[in-house]
Amino acid sequence: MKKFLNTPDSYVADSLAGLAAAHPMLTVVPGAGEGADESAGGFVRRTAPPRAGKVALVSGGGSGHEPLHAGFVGVGMLDAACPGAVFTSPVPGQMLAAAQAVDSGAGVVFVVKNYTGDVLNFQMAAELAVEDAGIAVETVLVDDDVAVQDSTWTAGRRGTGATLMVEKIAGALAERGAELGAVAEMGRRVNASARSFAVALTACTTPANGKPGFLLPEDEMEVGVGIHGEPGRRREKLATAHEVAELALDAILAESVFADAADAAHATDVLDAADAADAADVPGEADAAGKVARAGAGSVQVIVMVNGLGATPLSELYILFNEVSRVLGGRGVTIARSLVGNYVTSLDMAGASFTLCRVDDEMLELWDAPVNTPALRWGL
Amino acid sequence: MSTGVNTGGQGDGVDRVDTLDLVTTRAWIHAVALAVSAHRDELTELDAAIGDADHGVNLQRGFAAVEAATGGAGHAGAGHAPETVGQLLGKVGMTLISSVGGASGPLYGTAFRAIGRALTTPEADGEQFALALHAGLDAVRALGAAAVGDKTMVDALTPAVAAFDAAVTAGGDLRAAARAAADAAEDGARATTPLQARKGRASYLGERSIGHQDPGATSTALIFTALAETFERRG
Repeated sequence: MKKFLNTPDSYVADSLAGLAAAHPMLTVVPGAGEGADESAGGFVRRTAPPRAGKVALVSGGGSGHEPLHAGFVGVGMLDAACPGAVFTSPVPGQMLAAAQAVDSGAGVVFVVKNYTGDVLNFQMAAELAVEDAGIAVETVLVDDDVAVQDSTWTAGRRGTGATLMVEKIAGALAERGAELGAVAEMGRRVNASARSFAVALTACTTPANGKPGFLLPEDEMEVGVGIHGEPGRRREKLATAHEVAELALDAILAESVFADAADAAHATDVLDAADAADAADVPGEADAAGKVARAGAGSVQVIVMVNGLGATPLSELYILFNEVSRVLGGRGVTIARSLVGNYVTSLDMAGASFTLCRVDDEMLELWDAPVNTPALRWGL
Repeated sequence: MSTGVNTGGQGDGVDRVDTLDLVTTRAWIHAVALAVSAHRDELTELDAAIGDADHGVNLQRGFAAVEAATGGAGHAGAGHAPETVGQLLGKVGMTLISSVGGASGPLYGTAFRAIGRALTTPEADGEQFALALHAGLDAVRALGAAAVGDKTMVDALTPAVAAFDAAVTAGGDLRAAARAAADAAEDGARATTPLQARKGRASYLGERSIGHQDPGATSTALIFTALAETFERRG
């Protein structure tokens, strides 16, 4: 293991201290110090006090996915984030403390990635917040990774890239003074509209373990990989950037939320046929289909994120985005906004995840709203 | 009774152990902490194969916090000292919930809390402890929604509780029941190897989870083995 660190035990605490030192708008509130890592139990909050009437967004999860979640604390996104040990869910006590610290009285939305540990700990925290602290809590579960089948045979789809979109869009709505139920509902809508898929070229190394979670031969890639160093769904021969983008987008666009994208693509073909029919002045079925197609075509607009998993250069992410752009163009999907970079990472894993979030005008407007966090900053 | 050992005399050279008292319970929890430390890397290796390589580290952190909170291993012990077996196990559970994280923190924490809540007298006999173990199992199954065969800690916990219960019902003492439970838990943990995971992080692997022993079932077996060895040492 080669990493910049002092000791593996102080990895999370030292990193959080650096985050706060670099960004005075954030404050790290230390935990009770139970356990080996003294960061255990702490949380990161906006330095500014809660604004009366604003619903607070609190997220959290294992560390190792930086900038998620602490890097998304700030105006327009989260009010607080609870980092756990590397790849380990935080504990209920720190979630409760974070909720108490940032609740203005308008309630708290927990944004929870769908992993058994995160779900159980946030569930316990929500019970404590409601029953013991009298805080109104809504939970938004993020489960966008289509590599995992959502069935009784699994713990359900994992929460990955869509988390950023939920936090950004619901965060913008909260900033405008929307009430608790509306903010949570928007978060759920974003999650329901977003799907992701990831491919890795190497495993990552956790500071505590010191060696890669799995070994991947030079000419192979891990397909359908998660963000915790666990192996993916299957292993395949390394493919070209075009093939990788196509494989990921095929998996994502097969989801029902994008079903009419295929129709729209088909409509474009029908449209061409109808135009051809018009040109030939041949009335008939193609004409009627053409009218329907004109009404529906181009209605699928998405926010696209091509996200690095930690050790992939930005240049490669743009190579992938270029392929995504070409593939979507041929499938009747319009890219309304795009984000390319390292946002939801898996320590030093080389690889990329692809997230598509189908948006309407309201969601798009909230996406464009001002945000000022260490990792996302625009519209100011 | 403070030793947890009744000297009734069975004529077979080994005395019956019919009471789980505070001293024995402390010794058990300390033995679990030692076992988790000793097997930390093994648990982590198992977790690396089908999970995220942190089970050993997380449980070690949790039981270190338990030792600090309950006064094991020379720690002064923070807060009000537990006076009953139930209070002690409840405190173990709360400490695990507040220090482990992941899925194993809430699951093990909830199990110990439920066992502790079920033990209302200062000490427990075999029948009471069997009932308490059932309460622990029920709580884990309710929280994790896992069934036998899902390749989780439930695959070790369920046969262990059944074996403990059966041994007590057949007239066995706590030492015999704990040994039966430990053996059943180890068998249960080994039996997870050919299974495909249906819960937790290993379920993401689908068929690729087959061929690896479940780390949670393995740590559950460690906990019951520590209980058996604690009684055997004291016997």
